[in-house]
Amino acid sequence: MEFLSYLISGISLGSVYAIIALGYTMVYGIAKMLNFAHGDVIMVGGYISFCAISYLGLPGWLALILAMVVCTVLGIVIEGLAYKPLRSAPSLAVLITAIGVSYFLQNTALLIWKAAPKVYPSLIPTTNAQGESNALQLFGGQLSISYISLLTMASCIVIMIALTLFTSKTKMGKAMRACSEDKGAAQLMGINVNATISTTFAIGSALAAIAGVLLCSSYPTLQPTTGSMPGIKAFTAAVFGGIGSIPGAFLGGLLLGVIEAMAKAYISTNLANTIVFAVLIIVLLVKPAGLLGKYVPEKV
Amino acid sequence: MASILKVDDINVYYGSIHAIKGISFEVNEGEIVTLIGANGAGKSTTLNTISGLLHSRTGSVTFMDENLGKIPCHKIVSKGLALVPEGRRVFLQMTVQENLEMGAYTQSGKAIDQDLAHVYELFPRLKERMKQVAGTLSGGEQQMLAMGRALMSHPKLLMLDEPSMGLAPILVEQIFEIIQNLHKEGTTILLVEQNAAAALSVADRGYVLETGKIVTSGSGKELLASPAIKKAYLGG
Repeated sequence: MEFLSYLISGISLGSVYAIIALGYTMVYGIAKMLNFAHGDVIMVGGYISFCAISYLGLPGWLALILAMVVCTVLGIVIEGLAYKPLRSAPSLAVLITAIGVSYFLQNTALLIWKAAPKVYPSLIPTTNAQGESNALQLFGGQLSISYISLLTMASCIVIMIALTLFTSKTKMGKAMRACSEDKGAAQLMGINVNATISTTFAIGSALAAIAGVLLCSSYPTLQPTTGSMPGIKAFTAAVFGGIGSIPGAFLGGLLLGVIEAMAKAYISTNLANTIVFAVLIIVLLVKPAGLLGKYVPEKV
Repeated sequence: MASILKVDDINVYYGSIHAIKGISFEVNEGEIVTLIGANGAGKSTTLNTISGLLHSRTGSVTFMDENLGKIPCHKIVSKGLALVPEGRRVFLQMTVQENLEMGAYTQSGKAIDQDLAHVYELFPRLKERMKQVAGTLSGGEQQMLAMGRALMSHPKLLMLDEPSMGLAPILVEQIFEIIQNLHKEGTTILLVEQNAAAALSVADRGYVLETGKIVTSGSGKELLASPAIKKAYLGG
């Protein structure tokens, strides 16, 4: 029973990683850049929803929508101001810019919301107004799964399915895949590559906002650096699963969450991150493209 | 015959390298025109400049009386100008059908289905493989897919960049047959080829490029018969 409970907490954490990793992987797939500011968009999403709930008294779902809107706009603005002018610059320049944007967001948050951590009001608090636990009780109460964990896992699955359908069925989604393969050929088809990249950033940032709200609902300490570690973990998850691949990000995120939870439970809390990254290295040694990363040989 | 494409004194640079040095030529409606020349003569650069992937520092490219100079690349295809790029550049991780759908990106409505049917009629091999990922196709099939994809946009002028590159002789013959069929259907064609003999035999007119300049022009027959061309490009 203990094992199941660790497994579920791992899957729940992994679901948050997966949602963040989906944003990373989509942006990488299409713009061929690592958007290291992605984690900080999560933090912005956290703060926006925090303010909406705590200061404006909005209900949780409305706060989530507000955070998504703000982060979407933020994502488009970041892309337009910081990355678009560097479209033909060497990839190192873009990478350094992304790190710069990351610090810019963290320090702006520090100016606005100060360094002291905020206690985040969870979307679904652990207990309800009557003092009863907001959790699903299984096996006569031996296994309890909090509703927020269930919501997190469900969101992740819904997002994953929605994105898969979007990229395989819709015209815009297919255009994204075309751009990710060959921007020149995509332009010859009449696809506006800049608009497509902006849309990808918009989707990634909206996902980051959802991840921010879910993450803070489970781990309710919010500070300007909140997004950094989950951002790096999610990046790891994306590489683990095969960067550029949507199912890869999903699988990588879940596995990373489970490995982390198990390592914490059975080996050592302090070593958990070490173990996570050690597993990553081993996987990449065996499968350099990641678990589901595609290697398509080119015909000439 | 009305001129459909007019290229006037274009100069294209790769950094400091002057790749195209004041090229001017015309394509009239209903013609097959070919640009021939050796590697590095500037044939592909010319086509890429017309389609907006590259830009000229001087002169102009006029298509159906409209200057293309200020029009972004992705808007050019909807004007009726399609390029089958060098090396095919099909989307390898997408299916045959999806590649064709991308070709119809600027089109909408029921017409797409009719166009799909038409392309599958032209290239039955593609129909057999419509659900297959393009990366698994042979070189010849990929070339057919690249051509079909370009046709999906209803081009008035179809530009083909080295369609015979790397293909077996029998396939080259097939590709040239298809080019002639498209021409009979009323599509104007601008063909870039290293296979000068094949290109000149189907072309109404041809231009010979050497290191970024046009050195000779004439009808396909004239060029085929010219001793200088024979020596330089037709192997004796």
